[in-house]
Amino acid sequence: MTTDLTRLTADALATKLSSGEVSSVEATQAHLDRIAAVDGAVHAFLHVASDSALAEAADIDRRRAAGEEMHPLAGVPIAIKDVIVTKGMPTTSGSKILEGWVPPYDATVMTKLRAAGLVSIGKTNMDEFAMGSSTEHSAYGPTHNPWDLERIPGGSGGGSAAAVAAFEAPFALGSDTGGSIRQPAHVTGTVGLKPTYGGVSRYGAIALASSLDQIGPVSRTVLDSALLHDVIGGHDPRDSTSLTDAWPSFAEAVRNADVAGLRIGVIKELQGDGFQPGVMERFREALALLEGAGAIITEVELPSVEHAIAAYYLIMPAEASSNLAKFDSVRFGLRVNPKGGGTVEDVMSATREQGFGAEAKRRIILGTYALSAGYYDAYYGSAQKVRTLVQRDFAAAFANADVLVSPTAPTTAFKLGEKTGDPLSMYLNDIATIPANLAGIPGISVPAGLAAEDGLPVGIQFLAPAREDARLYGVAAALEALLEQKWGHTLLSQAPDLSPSEMNATDEGAV
Amino acid sequence: MSEITQEQVTHLANLARIALTPEEIVSLTSELGSIMDHVATVTEVATPDVPATSHPIPLQNVFRDDVVGQTLTAEEALAGAPDHDGSRFRVTAILGEEQ
Amino acid sequence: MAKLMDYDRALELFEPVLGFEVHIELSTKTKMFSDAPNYFGGEPNTNITPVDLGLPGSLPVVNGQAVRYAISLGLALGCSIAPTSRFARKNYFYPDLAKNYQISQSDEPIAFAGSVEVELPNGRMFTVPIERAHMEEDAGKLTHVGGATGRIQGAEYSLVDYNRAGVPLVEIVTDIIYGAEADAPELAKAYVSTIRDIVVGLGISEARMERGNLRCDANISLRRRTPEGEPPAPLGTRTETKNVNSLRSVERAIRYEIQRQAAILDDGGTITQETRHWHEDTGQTSAGRPKSDADDYRYFPEPDLLPVVPSAELIEELRAALPEAPAIRRRRLKAEWNFTDLEFQDLTNSGLVNEVIETVAAGAAPAAARKWWTGEIARTANAQGVDATTLVTPLQVAQLVALVDAGTLTDRLARQVLEGVIAGEGTPQQVVDARGLAVVSDDGALIAAIDEALQSQPDVLAKIRDGKVQAAGAVIGAVMKAMKGQADAARVRELVLERATALPE
Repeated sequence: MTTDLTRLTADALATKLSSGEVSSVEATQAHLDRIAAVDGAVHAFLHVASDSALAEAADIDRRRAAGEEMHPLAGVPIAIKDVIVTKGMPTTSGSKILEGWVPPYDATVMTKLRAAGLVSIGKTNMDEFAMGSSTEHSAYGPTHNPWDLERIPGGSGGGSAAAVAAFEAPFALGSDTGGSIRQPAHVTGTVGLKPTYGGVSRYGAIALASSLDQIGPVSRTVLDSALLHDVIGGHDPRDSTSLTDAWPSFAEAVRNADVAGLRIGVIKELQGDGFQPGVMERFREALALLEGAGAIITEVELPSVEHAIAAYYLIMPAEASSNLAKFDSVRFGLRVNPKGGGTVEDVMSATREQGFGAEAKRRIILGTYALSAGYYDAYYGSAQKVRTLVQRDFAAAFANADVLVSPTAPTTAFKLGEKTGDPLSMYLNDIATIPANLAGIPGISVPAGLAAEDGLPVGIQFLAPAREDARLYGVAAALEALLEQKWGHTLLSQAPDLSPSEMNATDEGAV
Repeated sequence: MSEITQEQVTHLANLARIALTPEEIVSLTSELGSIMDHVATVTEVATPDVPATSHPIPLQNVFRDDVVGQTLTAEEALAGAPDHDGSRFRVTAILGEEQ
Repeated sequence: MAKLMDYDRALELFEPVLGFEVHIELSTKTKMFSDAPNYFGGEPNTNITPVDLGLPGSLPVVNGQAVRYAISLGLALGCSIAPTSRFARKNYFYPDLAKNYQISQSDEPIAFAGSVEVELPNGRMFTVPIERAHMEEDAGKLTHVGGATGRIQGAEYSLVDYNRAGVPLVEIVTDIIYGAEADAPELAKAYVSTIRDIVVGLGISEARMERGNLRCDANISLRRRTPEGEPPAPLGTRTETKNVNSLRSVERAIRYEIQRQAAILDDGGTITQETRHWHEDTGQTSAGRPKSDADDYRYFPEPDLLPVVPSAELIEELRAALPEAPAIRRRRLKAEWNFTDLEFQDLTNSGLVNEVIETVAAGAAPAAARKWWTGEIARTANAQGVDATTLVTPLQVAQLVALVDAGTLTDRLARQVLEGVIAGEGTPQQVVDARGLAVVSDDGALIAAIDEALQSQPDVLAKIRDGKVQAAGAVIGAVMKAMKGQADAARVRELVLERATALPE
């Protein structure tokens, strides 16, 4: 019985909770049990909040029994990426430098989740400070892809994607600076959406790159992402970059999904060279299905996309180098006293040396360089100009297409350890996802099937103009329905069972 | 175009307050060099006529009313501190002076 | 101790070149980027939010009132208001800087290119060019513990209170100031004093230097004079003197630096570009941190904040609400009050113009108001080492003047009443009542005393009757003594002459 509950979508579980068929305590316990059974191998969680989750669930059940008006999602468990600040739950952003830190305040998205009665079951693993595409840069060890435990779950939000793919949570919060929601969705067969920049409050999201970061939903179905987005979205006066727009119901957009007459622009630069054949095969198949459903497929060009990675790897580290300066051993987090003592400067330097991992240090130094006197104009300044060019390209493309489409990433999940020695090749993995962050536009990744050559999930990415997130939910839901109709099942139903016996066998061979 | 030297990396590490080991300085020098070779291509397309974009969605005049809100208690503020005296954060001796 | 050159000799050899950076703490209700109270007395680390503490995930939001204050100040400084200004991050590590970057308007200030008219004690008018005024946030407060001096050198550890972190500041930066010549120290004092008058007039800051609401960093360099006909020498290396916490110190610090730098340069030495700390107790500056190329603040536009683009309507609204400029106001008051140049200068130098305005508004004659504030009150304040404004209120002074005007008090009695008011004994009337200090204006009591005095001194009485009026002095003295001073001497004199003829022979 409990296993069944974890297989439900958030929407289906919410229905059972509302009808009283299932209690939130039962639903929460089922997911905690599932975590206990499989997370030793998957390592999606950095912190499992069993006690507080069950207490919150009991409170929801009590209020529901008392006849209180509840949000439709009240009592549904959710996993939280550890980049999000949570009062009462440790928050590390995947870094040793914040080990054991329990924030005295909640991120705005947490306040909204609590107000809606969602039950936070824990904090998920991530690349340190969201710097990575594989979750291998977590200071607390990598997360494993539930489809193949020897492979990466994507990054930086590998924990949230793996938790959802492994049925440890029906949905989760992620954050996306250059693809950290969409690329993990791609490699784990899940759904993930990066909202329009400013669509969801960043207050309480530990900043990587302030002008690129955006919190968004991670789930197994398009509808679940939309339901979650409806909860967390909207204006927040604590985030100056938060948009004041009145947003439509994204769940409604899913329910009204229709692609007839929709102009879908295939991005010329994001296919072909460097893209795995199995990825391209699923991509073309998805386009054919959409065309069959009445969509108009065209081709668009984004000539500046070839410079997008370069611009991104200047802007992101530059902003990160400044954002991460606050980790200095004075007000919170780790303090390392150098041997033989030293001044506060020595203590700061020793703390940051030991507290940051290799990738964080690499990006801080890179960002410090890009901003330093004499180099600013050439590097950071030029990168901001490329950003303008990318925006112009998108504006031109959207004149001829309602949404744009590409594979979410060039390849399926690679093996753990395969690219850790080559930062540049790791960076190039983000080619398809980065442009949306530079332009501030929304993007979604939905499962497109499995690559023939390795049997691993493949995602397809849709992009829409800023503020048109609803369009993405429509087209993604339509494709999801077409594919599941064709397959006769969901993609994740084909994922390995991760039964405990299998776990033990894999554990021995695991990293 | 970018010729990153170990001296530069040492200077950057000092600016960024990270006590890099000599080994890290060596490896970062070479990694930074190859990354910069790649990213320096931005200079080729960033012509003077192209304006810079610092915010993806242009907004302006986002202001707050001058109204007092909720503050942290000293206990909450100090709870995560590595060292404090009960009301203030404690740090070891400072070299140099106020800026 | 540094070698100093005689000031006049230094001016013969060198031209002083000045520049000032004045920081004004705005008196908004909340901080620059958070909704914590803008108040930093009280228990440490209580007036803070996650933003002021730089907690991970927290984000700044600009205080709209601080922006309006900054625009008003910019306009009062004769500046242009930038159509678009922007916040940037100034990156450097220091324990009092919670985020290890300061949010400041570096190269895109809200106000630029203005000027301030300053009047020097000798009556000379001087126009100080303003380069810019920009918004930024204050840092927390460090307390250095251990070591002999309580200063940073030798301290064992330091304690950080972030209550001041995020307090809104406007920094006013002058252009390079030439031509002050021997008046340089007085100009410095007059400039800071004028800035203080402007912000107080605008009501945007408490502007108390001793509390750090207004802080002045003084840049000074010397340029060697060249014989006529030769090109001017290049500008000298400058020093930046910090920690100057009173108007008097501003003046002294400039004078000291001119004499110190002149002595070094005349000995063939070179000036180190550095910050210098002013020490009020010793009247000297000491070397601080050398400025160098290593100062790389890596400015970049603050991605968490958006451009400030004030509408023309807002700017005109604020411009219309500007109070009179200090120089214009000074001219108007001088005329209205009918003060001489010297009298007004004396008042300006005392820093009590506002008190006199309020005292006049409360009904006192300008001359009397000035006399009390710059006389007895200022002397008492000086003796007690406190600010004159803390001793009495303008209303109390006006009440005191009214009692004198009504003949209830003589000047001498009024001084005693003032002493009682300062001692906290209540309003002037209450002090009069409690101490029984009023002039005896009951002629009956006076006549009785006069008759007694005249009769006890028949020889004097005779002289008066003979027309030797000056002989009355002895009787007046005796009467005043009998009345314990609480009589109007002029009235006594009148009555003495009257009684001398009225009394039976």
